This record gives sequence, structure tokens and C-alpha cells, in this order.
Amino acid sequence: MSNPLSDMEEPDVIFCIGTNMTECHPVAATRLHQARRRGATLIVADPRRITLAKRADIYLPLKVGTDVALLLGMAHVIAREGLVDSAFIESRTLEADAFLEHIKAFTPEWAEGICEVPAVDIERAALAYARGRRGAVYYTLGITEHICGVDNVQSLCNLVLMTGHIGRAGTGINPMRGQNNIQGAGDAGGLPNNYPGFQSVEKPEFQKKFSALYGRQIDGECGITKVRALEYAVDGKMNAMLICGENTLVSDPDRKHCEKALRALDHLVVVDIFLTETAELADVVLPASAWGETDGVYANTERRVQRVRAAVPPQGQAKPEWWIMSQLAKRLGVSGFEYESAADVFNELCEVSPIYKGLNWERAGAASYHWPVPYDGHPGTPRLHEETFPSKTGRGTFKRIEYREPAEVVDDEYPVWLTTGRRLQHYHTRTMTARAGMQYFVPEETLEVHPKDVEAWGLTDGGKVRMASRRGAVELTVEATDRSPRGTVFGSFGFGDTAVDDLTGAGYDPVTETAELKVCVVRLQPAVPYSEPVA
Amino acid sequence: MSVTSVTSELPTLELDGDHVPFSLGETIYEVAQRHACEIPTLCYDERLDPLGGCRLCVVEVEGFRSPVASCTTKAVAGMKVRTSTDAVEKHRRTLLELVVSENPKARIDPLRGAASQELTVLRNRYDVDGSRFEGKTSGSTRHDDKNPFIARDYDQCISCYRCVRVCAEREGDYAISVMNRGFDTQITTEFNGLLDDSDCTYCGQCVQTCPTGALGDAKAMRAQDDPAPLKATRSVCSYCGVGCGVDLLSKGDKLVGIRPARDGGANAGALCVKGQFAFDFVQHSDRLTEPLVRKDGELRPVSWDEVLDRAAAGFAKAAKDHGRHSVYAVASGRAPHESTYTLQKQIRGAFGTNYIDNCSRA
Ligand code: SF4
Ligand code: SF4
Ligand code: FES
Repeated sequence: MSNPLSDMEEPDVIFCIGTNMTECHPVAATRLHQARRRGATLIVADPRRITLAKRADIYLPLKVGTDVALLLGMAHVIAREGLVDSAFIESRTLEADAFLEHIKAFTPEWAEGICEVPAVDIERAALAYARGRRGAVYYTLGITEHICGVDNVQSLCNLVLMTGHIGRAGTGINPMRGQNNIQGAGDAGGLPNNYPGFQSVEKPEFQKKFSALYGRQIDGECGITKVRALEYAVDGKMNAMLICGENTLVSDPDRKHCEKALRALDHLVVVDIFLTETAELADVVLPASAWGETDGVYANTERRVQRVRAAVPPQGQAKPEWWIMSQLAKRLGVSGFEYESAADVFNELCEVSPIYKGLNWERAGAASYHWPVPYDGHPGTPRLHEETFPSKTGRGTFKRIEYREPAEVVDDEYPVWLTTGRRLQHYHTRTMTARAGMQYFVPEETLEVHPKDVEAWGLTDGGKVRMASRRGAVELTVEATDRSPRGTVFGSFGFGDTAVDDLTGAGYDPVTETAELKVCVVRLQPAVPYSEPVA
Repeated sequence: MSVTSVTSELPTLELDGDHVPFSLGETIYEVAQRHACEIPTLCYDERLDPLGGCRLCVVEVEGFRSPVASCTTKAVAGMKVRTSTDAVEKHRRTLLELVVSENPKARIDPLRGAASQELTVLRNRYDVDGSRFEGKTSGSTRHDDKNPFIARDYDQCISCYRCVRVCAEREGDYAISVMNRGFDTQITTEFNGLLDDSDCTYCGQCVQTCPTGALGDAKAMRAQDDPAPLKATRSVCSYCGVGCGVDLLSKGDKLVGIRPARDGGANAGALCVKGQFAFDFVQHSDRLTEPLVRKDGELRPVSWDEVLDRAAAGFAKAAKDHGRHSVYAVASGRAPHESTYTLQKQIRGAFGTNYIDNCSRA
């Protein structure tokens, strides 16, 4: 996020797109509620009539996968009405002229033709966002899990740049991270393109620095992504894998492909707290100590660095992951793993990462620093981009984005859109929540279908439906609800038994290789042949 | 000293004889609290709009005939406030006797909720036992609501409405409301039903603000009879990226409950159903407790030494037979920094590749 969570109480216009915030980030939603109570306008764009949409002042029920069209239409209106922040554009951006020329073609009427949101509502939303003094954008996987994920984000950036809604309290462009420490996994160097602290592996200076630190020459080019690595495994070009705390098999798109990849490996080592579906395929399973048993550091979605602490001892022989990795490294003949505590590890991370340089184990204990904290005594950086953007010129560049269709579109064979998401009470692949009393809420996965479609397709509320995509089929229970629009059905991922994700994963964003989990096309039929009720 | 020049720009009032500065918009209670005056409250929660319902926070203000509620009265320059005269203390005691007389005498376990001891503490401070107005009660316990998260023990309710207010003002859920008035007052849901059938999300915020324990954390209360001392350990929630501050409640080696951190930078005292109630996985019987190795097709328990040797040997062999680019690692978006840091250092240090990723792409 560019802005801290506390800033969520400040905007006078809130634009939420592709975020089911009350279910996925409920506590963030409570902070937005404070802005609402002070009179802020809420704009929500989402294919489904989620709780947030019901609370919205302006609701934009767009067709799945058409975010770019909607955002182009909004940009058009803002420019046409002369609501661009010229001073901001002048001092902080590049390529504005070309962009403003580009969007002339994309009228709200054009956008309506694609995203199916009435042009008048696109106008209203654009005017409200641009006229606000403090406008803030919030989004999550609903924006990024598309083949055009990068285009979606860039389109939002364009809106932010043309209105200057950034770098101040209650503004900004704010992706909400899904997992508790997904931010930290990047910060700590779990990336094919960056060393810890986002130091590029392609920059010779960093390559030299880390080769010296880690005691051997490290490749000067990026590694491959996980998606690619799994493909390599299927092709026999990847032989051994170490998977840490991830139920890859269930959380990944295209489960069959994933299972094939993992089975093809000669050596699979899984570190986890449960024997997950993925761990069951492993040659070696290492029991890790869990949250509540482990000392460590997390960074949240606002880059706040905080300590987690052990309250109870680990179960059985479970060990902290840093200990497990260190023991493995020693056996692989690597030096520099003589850590005695999590504190030793974290302090080393701080030393080698400029954005953590001013932090250490003690200071992380205060839970009040947002990185970057470049030096000792620096107060941290809760708000990014106040003066400049992180580019060579320090300016933000407008991008001329075009609308592209999703990897799959509905046709005669697969006439229905399927979109996926999460449920409030569950978390990812449910390995934790299902063992913590949360199945009380959603004992069985259901497929949300609009009541009129239930009727039109010969289904029954509470009855079984067979849903097939080009990659597989599942059986689910139908839930008739007008949360889903007509022609689009919704299922959540995270139920090992019905894994909706068996069906998704038709394509990947070419830049980030993020899977298109949000959209695919399916066909539905009653699982049990319909028979006339006996009179 | 420069302090006087700063404070002289702010208005002041007289608080128990001292001249103290305040900012415009502050209530008498807020000013008094900064100066460590011990004004009792029951319906007050700093995160909520003040209600002025319980009147326990009354103070004397010169020129006013009767005492005023300090939580709803704004500070005014030159005001003369007395926070604990005999008359005020007597008034509070009488009010408290009335309040307490509504409640059955019961020990309220601290596991019920973060604010659950507020009434008990005041009872002891004013030495009130509730016998003076015996016979009157308001609110009755919902024994029929068997949800496993929130006990609705309204026999203990004093109608402060903190639960209803937190649900509306902080959560925006409006799941609960007030039915009837006076001694018939009852906290209820739409259609007077179960929480399951309401808009309740089980965030637990009503539980954590209830000053009497009328609303109780039913999961934590399972450990009420465990005689071990209750310990709170500050940590961060294990679920989404918001990173709510929490206190882990434990008794001995057992994790018994979770409490939101009021001073959590990300959450400011809020939690959701997962953060509040979904912690049982930590000590679940399905946990992996031993290292496992596949032998004859089956995963079998072995010692740490053996398992680590086997794990390392497999990577070394792959690298030797197929080159260093045949080994890959996936980091966790759930584990702490130290996990990923040591994992990537191992891959880069042992194989010299950047063959590592995390799960953020899926
Ligand atoms: S648990 Fe949360 S949503 Fe339910 S009644 Fe209490 S405050 Fe409202
Ligand atoms: S249930 Fe608790 S918080 Fe709600 S009105 Fe009664 S005493 Fe107050
Ligand atoms: S605390 Fe002021 S009236 Fe209740």
C-alpha cells in the first residue's frame, strides 16, 4: 500500500475495485467505515453484489474481466470534464499528453458496451473520484489475478496520476495483501529477481555484494517463476524442490498439471505444520513450529514491521523454519548459518537490506516502523511517493493501455462465466481454518448462482450441479443468490474435496505470470437428472 | 521554560484546583483522564461516540446545579471542575448499587473478554454488593443460542449499549439492537433470534467491549477451570495481510484464546472472526509432530538427523546429476521473515542460482 491503514479513515472519496474487503480484509473495512461515517463517498466496482457493494453510494457491477474498459471510460470522463490536476501532472508525471490523446476514443458509452456498467454510472463515479480532495483506491486479487493484471493496475495508476490523489493522507493506490507475511516473503528475498530488500539480481553491484556475503558466485540473471518451475518439472527439466509452508497442489490453478509436476520430481521436500495434500506427495516432510510457537517478524500490507512471539512450546519435535534451513544449509556445505535465534537471522537481514538498515530485532518489537527505514534513527515511511516516485526520473509515467479479452470467453460450449474468491471464515487452502472451528460457517462449498439462472438452467437451490470447464469438472451444491449477476457463477477456493481451482487457470499475465484465477468459462448441468415431482 | 509559552496558547480549565490546558472539542472526561483523575465509567469506550447513559462519570461543575456527565460534556475555558467530592462519590455509589442490583452475583472470569472486569473492579472500589435494591433485573440470558463463539449471558447485562454501538459504529454491521426500555431492556438481533440468523460476522468486538462479561468469549471460557495463571503474549494475527495486533492468551502450555490489541497500529482494537476465534489449529491433533521420510512408498517417522541428511542428499544429488538449475525452492507467504531469509540464502549460497519464488503469484 502506498498509504498506511490509518489513512483509510481519512479519504472523502473511496474507490474499491476487485476487493471483497468485508470478507477478505474485514478489519481494513472497519477503518473505511470510519471515513464513511464522516461522510465519505464510497464507489465499489465488482461483478458481484458483495456486502461492500450494498454499502456503496455508487455501485458499478462490471462484467468479469473488463476492469480496463471501465477504467478507460472513467479516465475519459475526468479528462473531458477538465478535472485533471495539471499542476501535479506538470511536476510529477511523464507522457501525459500522449495519454490524454489516447483516452479520447474511450467514451463511457464505449466502456458500457464492454463492461456493461451504464455510462451514466461510469460518469458519476469518475466525477466523484476526481472531484474529491482526498481520493483513495483500494484493490486486491480481483485486479491482479487476470491475464491483464498488470494492465489493470496500470489503469488504476493512470487515474491516480491524472487526479494527483497520491502522496497525501487519505489518498493513494493501495493493494491489500492476502497473506499475513506475503510482503515479508518478498522483503526477505524469496523472489527470482531480487535479493533481500528488493535488490535486483541483475545489478552487478548487488550480485557482487551477495556473492561475497553468501560465499559463492551467484547467477547474474533472474531465476524462473514458480509457474515456470512447475512446467519445467513436467518436462523433466526440474528435479528437486523444497516447498515451504504452501499447499501448492490446492492453492495453484490447474491442479492436475500441478500434481503431474510434483510427481515428476525426483526429490520433493515439504516443510509445513500439517500433512497437506502437497506434503503427502513428498519424499521428505519436515515439521515446522507454528504461529504462536515461533518468534519472528512479519511485514503487513502497509509495510509495518512487527514481531510475532511464541506463547506456547512447539508441538512434538516441530522446529522453527530458520533452524531447519540452517541445518540443511550446513549439510550442503554452506557456511554462514551459525544462527542461535530468530533475532540473529533478522538482524542479518537488516544489515544487508537498505530498506531495513535502520531496523533491528529490538526496534521491530515496537511494531511502529514502516519500511523503508534507511538508517538508524529514521522514523520509517508510512506514506510513499510524497515527493517522488521510485523511477529513474522520479516521475510517474502514464501508460496507454488497451482493453484485452480474458484468456477464455463464453461460447456455445461453455456459456457461463465462473469467478472465484474467498470466504470470510476461511483462508486459502483451509489447512488452518478447517482445524480451528471455522467449518461451523460454511460446512460445504456452494456455487452461487443467480435465482433466475437457477430456474433457467433447470437447477434447484440446494441441489447438486455439475460444473465443467476445459480443464476438468466438479460437483457442487447450488446456492441461489442475487449476489451473483446473471450469467456469472461464483465459487471459492480452498476446499480440497471440490477444489474449484481444478477448473481455472486458463492463462497467465505475461509480465507477472500471475494465474488468471478470477475468470474462466464453464457449463453447468444438474448433477442428478431432473425428474418431475410426483403430484 | 518554553512549556508555558506553548500551553498559554491553549484554553485552560480548573480541574480539582489545578489549571490545565485542553484542546477545543475535548470532553471533560478526556481532559481529566490525561491528568490521571480516576473517574469511573461504564458506558464509555474511547472508540465510540459517548452516550452519557450510565452517568457514573458525573463531576461537579461550578455554576451547574446538578453534576454533569463528564464523558459527554465538552470542556469550556475557565470551567471549574471537581471530580471526586463527597457528593459526587455518593451519587456514583448509589448509581452503582442500582446497576449492580440487576445482576446475579457471579464471579466473572477474565477469559470472558478484555473489558469484562470493569464492573467487578468498580464494585470492589465502591464496596457495593447489590443487596440494596434487590429484586430488579433487566435482560435475560439466551440459553438457546448455542453458537460456539459468543456466550450471551444477558442476566449480567447493565444496558450500557457498548455492544450495539461497537457493532454499528466500528463494524458497520448493525447486527444487534436494543429492545424495550427500563428493566425490560434486552439486547437482541433482528427478529429477536440467534446470532447465526442475524448479520453478525462473529468479529467478537461486542464481547471485547462488554464491561460486565454479559457477552463472553465462549472459546476462551472453555479454559475457565484451568487453575494455571493466565498469560498474555503480544503478537500479530496469522491470517491476512492487515497484520492486526493481538494478545495470545495461554495457560501453562495451552493456547486458550486471542484478544485484539487496543494499541495495534493496523487494527486499533478490531479483529475479524478468524483473528478472534480461529486459533485451534496450533494445538490440533493433526499437527505434524515428527519428521517423515518416504520408505517403500510410505511416509515414516525418522530422527531429525536422518531426515536432514536425506533431504540434503537429495538436493546434492539433483545438482550433481542434472546441474544446479535442477533445484528449486518455494518460500511461504505465511512464515516469518527468518524462514524466507534462510531459505533464499541456502539456495543462493548452495547452488548459486536465483531459483526461488514465493506464493504471491497464485
Ligand atoms: S460479533 Fe461483531 S458483528 Fe456480531 S454482534 Fe458482535 S460486534 Fe456485531
Ligand atoms: S451486553 Fe454488555 S455491552 Fe451490551 S449492553 Fe449489556 S452490559 Fe453493555
Ligand atoms: S461513562 Fe459517562 S455516562 Fe457512562
